[in-house]
Amino acid sequence: MSISKKEVEHVAKLARLELTEEEKTLYTEELNAVLGFMDTLNQLDISHVPPTSHVLDIKNVFREDVVEPSMEPEEVVANAPAAKDNQFRVPKIM
Amino acid sequence: MKFHEMSAHELSELMVKKEVSSLEIVSEHYEHIRTVEPKVQSMVSQTEELAINRAKEIDARRIMGEELSPLAGIPMGIKDNISTKGYTTTCSSKMLENYVPAYDAHVMEKLNAAGGVMVGKLNMDEFAMGSSTENSRFFPTKNPWNLDCVPGGSSGGPAACVAAGEAVFSLGSDTGGSIRQPASLCGLVGLKPTYGRVSRYGLIAFASSLDQIGPFTKDVEDCALVMESIAGYDKRDSTSANVEVPRYRDFLNQDVKGMKIGVPKEYYGEGLDEGTVALVQEAIETFKKLGAEVEEISMPYTKYALPAYYIIAPAECSSNLARFDGVRYGYRDMEAEDVYSMYTRTRAEGFGHEVKKRIMLGTYALSSGYYDAYYKKAQQVRTLIKQDFDKAFEKFDVLLTPTATGPAFKFGEKTKDPLSMYQSDICTVTINMAGVPALSMPCGFIDGLPIGMQLIGAPFAEGTILKAAHAYERATDFHTKRPNLEVE
Repeated sequence: MSISKKEVEHVAKLARLELTEEEKTLYTEELNAVLGFMDTLNQLDISHVPPTSHVLDIKNVFREDVVEPSMEPEEVVANAPAAKDNQFRVPKIM
Repeated sequence: MKFHEMSAHELSELMVKKEVSSLEIVSEHYEHIRTVEPKVQSMVSQTEELAINRAKEIDARRIMGEELSPLAGIPMGIKDNISTKGYTTTCSSKMLENYVPAYDAHVMEKLNAAGGVMVGKLNMDEFAMGSSTENSRFFPTKNPWNLDCVPGGSSGGPAACVAAGEAVFSLGSDTGGSIRQPASLCGLVGLKPTYGRVSRYGLIAFASSLDQIGPFTKDVEDCALVMESIAGYDKRDSTSANVEVPRYRDFLNQDVKGMKIGVPKEYYGEGLDEGTVALVQEAIETFKKLGAEVEEISMPYTKYALPAYYIIAPAECSSNLARFDGVRYGYRDMEAEDVYSMYTRTRAEGFGHEVKKRIMLGTYALSSGYYDAYYKKAQQVRTLIKQDFDKAFEKFDVLLTPTATGPAFKFGEKTKDPLSMYQSDICTVTINMAGVPALSMPCGFIDGLPIGMQLIGAPFAEGTILKAAHAYERATDFHTKRPNLEVE
């Protein structure tokens, strides 16, 4: 299977990545090389094999529904590139 | 011997006998850091003030007669993707260059409680993606055994830091070999514990079903000591295993007579350096002399592990790294006038080439129409690989393979060919796919560069691996060798 430059543009859009023309060409080449390598998997007949997504049985992390201390609002926004009045600030949406 | 050449258990013994203080040990390490760090460049940031204060606190507690952990007062380095409260945690990325976590990772809570003294945060491939530490946003780390060579990756900083004597031990993370491969290239003991054995709470995620935190140490006893400190259940991590942690030191100083060692033939094939294979064969002979029963086995699905890994890991990375959007933390393109371009430009400028490539690969593999062809198929292959290991451990106590394809390679040697770089992890990725534990330790040198062998165990059988590793270490002297960095 191979990927075209047009598909690279589409995938970049899905991944929220702005790419230059040069990058689009480079990623098309590099992704094709890796995808070609992955075609090795087509040698296997695995239609009868169940998939393993995780080697352990995992459970959701639940705790009792009681109020516990949380981070201070100042701490929550401390790493934000832009904040105002303890809220995250972003460009205008509407 | 100088303090920076000694192991944690040796230094701890001296402190218990009151022959040296933690302050003296930490101060001597910083003197050494000032000499070698400009050459090795293993550290993204140094935490000298914190370290000196911690050392004084440990010394005071010891004087008061408090019984302390063997790691109390010992200098340690932490990979820069493990959250440290109040200290930058950058993942060696522009995206997180100024990020200061508001909380400690579970392993940091454990090591702080044990009295470990953090000397710095350590360089890595950006977001742990790479096998050479050439993908760091800041600078490449050098291999202390030969400064023209890479230290391996992605935990190249933690490996080089310990090999260079800048810390006594360090923590790294291993998604497809990122502890074991650099341990091999830098001549250290590096352990990737069983998936779930060590909490990932506070580890900045790359691929959540594969990532695991583990130690780099100078010898096997130190590895047991660090594992006793960091292993154990954590209710904040849904993948943390609620399995009792043994006293790993109890597995040391035992003989391996009758131990069954499997040698999977698929790990000794194409792409491996002949000299490396010869040294691993010599190690096998050593085990035979020690009384172990060694037998060749076949693990037929090994060759499918690498392509399956390079579907699963990018798929999980594309999801995990979606959180870096420039809103709550990290870098933001401040010129963007609308939200969509803020996202796309922030991510384009904040991530490096390899990270963007893996996000693209993962997004493609998970996208409509390709999910069954790539992601589902890779997960089915994972089942087969796990079955290979389950079957092997019905018969064998440990499996023995090379860790890396050869000794450390030169800078730039593999950067132009991504597939060649990915194949550096050919002996290690299967272990993450199956979730089993594996340890790399030195088994010889080629042209002055260390070579590592890998001991693989059944799930939660870290003790058995340490038993085998310690028996081999007592029969050899590779772990006593140190690079000489003080020569101009």
